[in-house]
Amino acid sequence: MSAPSIAVRVSEVAAVTPLVKRFRLEPESGGRLPAFSGGAHIAVEMQDGAHRRRNAFSLMGSPSDTTGYVIGVRRHDNGRGGSRYMHERVTPGTMLRIAHPANLFPIDGRARKHLLLAGGIGITPLVAMAEQFARDGQPFELHYAARSPEHAAFADELLERFGPAVHTHFSAQGRRLACASLLAEQPLGTHLYVCGPETLMDEAFASARALGWPEQSLHRERFAAPARGLPFAVRLARSGRRVDVGADQSMLEALEAAGAPVASLCRGGACGQCETRVLACDGTLLHADHYLSAAERGAGGKVMPCVSRFAGRSLTLDL
Amino acid sequence: MTITFRRETFRDDYNFSNSAVGIRRFPFPFDRDHYMYAVNIEPHVKGHPGTIYESLIDVDEHYVAEMQDRALVLAEDPLRSQSLPHMELAGWDLLELLMEQLAAGYPAHFELRRSGKRWRWVNRPLGIDDTFVFGAASTLPYGPMEYITRQAQGDFCILDQRDGNLWMDAGMVTTQADWSLDFDLGMNFMEWHAPVPRAHEMGVFDRALKFMLNLGQGQPMRRFNWTMTVNPRLDTSPETYPKWGPDRRSVTADNVGDKVHLRVELQSFWRLPRSNAIVFPIRCYLIKLEELVTVPKWARRMHRVLRDLPPDLVDYKGLTRWRPIAVDYLAAFDDGAATSPGIWPD
Repeated sequence: MSAPSIAVRVSEVAAVTPLVKRFRLEPESGGRLPAFSGGAHIAVEMQDGAHRRRNAFSLMGSPSDTTGYVIGVRRHDNGRGGSRYMHERVTPGTMLRIAHPANLFPIDGRARKHLLLAGGIGITPLVAMAEQFARDGQPFELHYAARSPEHAAFADELLERFGPAVHTHFSAQGRRLACASLLAEQPLGTHLYVCGPETLMDEAFASARALGWPEQSLHRERFAAPARGLPFAVRLARSGRRVDVGADQSMLEALEAAGAPVASLCRGGACGQCETRVLACDGTLLHADHYLSAAERGAGGKVMPCVSRFAGRSLTLDL
Repeated sequence: MTITFRRETFRDDYNFSNSAVGIRRFPFPFDRDHYMYAVNIEPHVKGHPGTIYESLIDVDEHYVAEMQDRALVLAEDPLRSQSLPHMELAGWDLLELLMEQLAAGYPAHFELRRSGKRWRWVNRPLGIDDTFVFGAASTLPYGPMEYITRQAQGDFCILDQRDGNLWMDAGMVTTQADWSLDFDLGMNFMEWHAPVPRAHEMGVFDRALKFMLNLGQGQPMRRFNWTMTVNPRLDTSPETYPKWGPDRRSVTADNVGDKVHLRVELQSFWRLPRSNAIVFPIRCYLIKLEELVTVPKWARRMHRVLRDLPPDLVDYKGLTRWRPIAVDYLAAFDDGAATSPGIWPD
């Protein structure tokens, strides 16, 4: 079961770069939205023709501002269509439904200093964190890596807002982010938060581990958008029904559309909430989550329908 | 709704009791005639008027007396309220949650007015009218958690979430069933539950932790726990054991109905929005056996539960010494008739 969704109205849409738009969402009925914590995200419901999508977007406004939420959306033309829908169909005045904020990339309040590393659109959750640290007087540094200034959405306003705490690294200008040297100069008690391409997150973590940073000090945004794939079908053991999963649809979305909802939270393979038992599988489960262990995958008894898919003759779920 | 607050004590002369209305709204915890652990968690949603679910943060006729008792405990032992430095934001979350719930549930008694960050809080039963700046601890007489939990019934544990675990890093604990915040402070979920018998083998805590880590904002949950206490004493803590432990020997066939109390904890779980911490209010309700047996269904069921309780649970809950006396007392109210499902009186 989930908390009821919240009705919001899009109050502002701004093109920040050719690929990134910023949206401000305000409560439809006035009043306040729930407060949130830096690193939190919301799931936005989109009725795209016959498909109802739910995409997760990090909140990038100030956690103190409960009059509206701000999200930044990068357009992925090869994605499943959620970001394209946001870019093409959502305008000021559009009504949307969103879930309550949830945080799978939380701040560790014990840190003596917070080091934020962003690559590309990975900047969004780190903006809210920076706002929170600035408000609470906690030491932080924000490093933003992008190809060039034109690709670095929000960089100018971040520099203006947080001044010397913000550092940009543009590879096209020969100033690539050097994780190892940056981490080497950090004081003891620093926590690292990194969000961006897998390569950046892996490099930052590898550098930190090589320097002996404790695992508890390393934080990364885990969830990934579900990928497109080939269509397939699942059978629901309890009702005997068959549910078709389209190429642009996740298994979770298909189950929801078929009226067989599964409890979910991150919708990105991180939290484990939508874990579903597999009763029979004649084919291959295409696991794409970060949640199941190698042993659990090997056993083949569980699947995370938010991101994982199936190829083969038949798949039967305990639903 | 206007509540008439009782003048009563939870120590010394122990003149606590429930009114007839208070008995009817008691949260009897057993939905069947025997008891075993279960992850008995359900959504914490509002229920019928006249039950403890009328408001999600319940205030009852014992409110003022309980707050006075808390102040006495804190005066003797300030370590019953502790908050590690990184938990202040969660304290503000809790302050907001409780003020909103109290003001919405009991407008005759509590009032919250916000003007940006400047808040005015009126608590009429306790004679408080304070104006402060939300987020600025220097504008309150105590830290935010201690300030508001001196004004709310029940204990409060605030759990920080990190590294795939929950850590007891703040709390206000003065009405506890023999556990110590000062001892457990800084422990994680598995560490502080280590002494509980049976449940680990049943995998209860693995499942419960996984569930708690995914607890959603705006979606509080609840469960019951229970034990029994000799004398209506809220503060049954390890620190004060010499004051109440010996009372277990004072139960006789003549005084058992007045002395032995069923002690029910309504535990709820709430995700706190600004801090991503979880607050775990543990609200303690007491009822004397002689009050409980005025509800025939509860009398029959209480007798059967207590009679058939496994020995390790009897020991863990500290009932060993006087349980036979209580079972004999309750047997007189159990005619063997079938009981209806669920917890509510017939």
